[in-house]
Amino acid sequence: MPSIHVPHHKNTAQSETVTMPVPDEVSISMSQNIGAPCTPLVAAGDYVKVGQRIGDSEAFVSVPVFSSVSGTVKSIDQVRGSMGGFETHIVIETDKKQEVSEEVKPPVVESFEDFVKAARDSGMVGLGGASFPTHIKLNPKNIDECEYLVVNAAECEPFITTDNREMVENGQDVLDGMKLIMQYLNLKKGFIGIETNKPDAIANLKRLIEQNEISDIEIVPLPSSYPKGAERVLIYEVTGKTMDAGVLPAQLGVILDNVSTVGVMAEFFKTGMPIVRRRVTVDGDAVAKPQNVYIPIGTRIADVIEFCGGYKKEPRKIIMGGPMMGRATKSDESPTMKNTSSILCFGQEMAEVKEETACLNCQRCHTACPFGLMPSIFADAYEQKDVDKLNRFNVMQCMECGSCSYTCPARRPLSLTNKLAKMMVKEASS
Amino acid sequence: MANKFHDNLIVSSSPHIVTESDTTRLMGTVILALVPAWVASIYVFGARALLLSIVCVAASVLFEYIYNAITHKKQTVRDLSAALTGLLIAFNVPSNFPIWQAVLGCLFAIVVVKQLFGGIGRNFSNPAITARIFLFISFSANMSTWPVTRLDGADAVTGATPLALYAEGSRDQIPDLLRMFLGFHGGSAGEVCALALLIGGIYLIVRKVISPIIPCAFIGTVFVFGFIATGSLHWALFHVLAGGVMLGAFFMATDYVTSPKLPLGQLLFGIGCGIITMSIRLFGSYPEGVSFSILLMNLCTPLLNNLSYKFYLKGGAK
Repeated sequence: MPSIHVPHHKNTAQSETVTMPVPDEVSISMSQNIGAPCTPLVAAGDYVKVGQRIGDSEAFVSVPVFSSVSGTVKSIDQVRGSMGGFETHIVIETDKKQEVSEEVKPPVVESFEDFVKAARDSGMVGLGGASFPTHIKLNPKNIDECEYLVVNAAECEPFITTDNREMVENGQDVLDGMKLIMQYLNLKKGFIGIETNKPDAIANLKRLIEQNEISDIEIVPLPSSYPKGAERVLIYEVTGKTMDAGVLPAQLGVILDNVSTVGVMAEFFKTGMPIVRRRVTVDGDAVAKPQNVYIPIGTRIADVIEFCGGYKKEPRKIIMGGPMMGRATKSDESPTMKNTSSILCFGQEMAEVKEETACLNCQRCHTACPFGLMPSIFADAYEQKDVDKLNRFNVMQCMECGSCSYTCPARRPLSLTNKLAKMMVKEASS
Repeated sequence: MANKFHDNLIVSSSPHIVTESDTTRLMGTVILALVPAWVASIYVFGARALLLSIVCVAASVLFEYIYNAITHKKQTVRDLSAALTGLLIAFNVPSNFPIWQAVLGCLFAIVVVKQLFGGIGRNFSNPAITARIFLFISFSANMSTWPVTRLDGADAVTGATPLALYAEGSRDQIPDLLRMFLGFHGGSAGEVCALALLIGGIYLIVRKVISPIIPCAFIGTVFVFGFIATGSLHWALFHVLAGGVMLGAFFMATDYVTSPKLPLGQLLFGIGCGIITMSIRLFGSYPEGVSFSILLMNLCTPLLNNLSYKFYLKGGAK
């Protein structure tokens, strides 16, 4: 599959994760997973503890949300989220005691059903950024046909090093988590796909695999090019199977999870502490001290940056997630979420949106696309509102990896027009 | 509390980084790839070739600037595309070509062929090649009077191109292949040195600025056609080295805007260029057919695109 070379900027690869002190206030979103948002289980004035369930939903695709701090619920607000719509946020004033909730105890797992329930109780979503509920991934309809566990440790986005640090600092957890999944889902073999620009992670996992004499887990080194960590690309790289948009990995007999997700879930099975904190890479030319930080989920970006020495220069763009697929937020008041793998603060020069010029028809967008799609045709068809053409040229196969926009010498926002074109197709067919 | 947070950040759709290679760099790379041929043209034909190239580049840039200024369009001279067109026009005329006529060619290329159709990215044919044809039809005599190279000394001021000699049957006067490869023969200022053009073309392919499909198909077809028609390896090679095949195949047929998007279309485009070139050379009344072949295939580009889409969407040739 075609891929592109993007600068790696893995500046924080050697930065051991430090835990930041609990901020004065956190704001915990009820919309932290793909699917249904949670309903708050607490009200203003309630005292909450670390690991206490504060939001949940009856919906099938939903995951509970837990308090990351101990303190008093200050308010329950409607806040405009990074997706543009309104989200419910529970704002908690912390007492810094970090009292642990009585609810926190290791799960008792005796069966596959217990395992899936425990996965839900861990509050786990895909930590790579997609935030798809993990317990649903672990419970596909065709569970009997699934043979392989593929762990996504490619971390192909520039800057981000959280998966790298998970493998270096918590390698044992990663392997334990894989063992658990393979055991309860009865999978034959596990693969860890890692880009070769993470030699420390590969060395540590290799050492642990040898030490524990594990024979059914294999490390698959991947070329360090973008977007090797995209689900459909990774599955192709590891298993050789091509996967169309809308197909789930399980339909190809593969269970696929992000490496940090697997590692953090293993911790939950040992301690019972659901996901209340996460590792975040803080980087970008506007940050004084780029580093990896453990943050209580719901910590506002401004507090995280303050811990990292503040801004070195005026921030003009702040991205949650990687520079290729992450979302720009309008304010550093925005709180972190389960899927916030990184916070990138760019000064004016890096933040500027380059001026668009005329398409040269060079087709770099086409040759850069992992699926060989033709973004320049999508852009024209979108402008002409030609839904039929968009469909014929398979716009729905686009996974919005951003390779086309990145490569375009005319600075056309092709990835954006792809997204808009996909929305147009969806609207037309509904 | 108002200033506690940074609330006025730039919000845009991902990705948030872009490659450094932009239109200006691409055009700059093509110009760089033309430098060996430019140096060769000056070496072979002397200072007049240098003067001609400077005038054409300056005129093209100036016309682009003036057109944009008059029509209140965004200024595009910085993308170097006009400079590239100017250089190619200088390469496509004899080095002793009257300056005012060359300037007229630049005006035609930039204003009529490029800007009136919407500017960069919108022209249906390559401006430089269309300007060459415009000049050829308008000033036939000047466009077929070729100054001799420095190797031919001061005995004569002008002479025939190898293709003209070939067409009139004076094959014994045609220079040998090595001389043709090195560029010491009559022809347009920038097209004579096959070696320099080959170096530039390979540079563009290595730098991934152009795909090798069109040049390979074009040159390959000329060679095969030449071999079949003449039955001789020598004359097949002659047709590859003579005239504008090298310059056209690497630098003008590969123009993104006017060539097909997909490899299948590019392959057919290159083959078409080769067939038309050789047909004109062997059966037509003109000794050379490269510029006509590229213009005609430019016109076929939308059709070739549609054809290759059919295969592309079937999951066939991409």
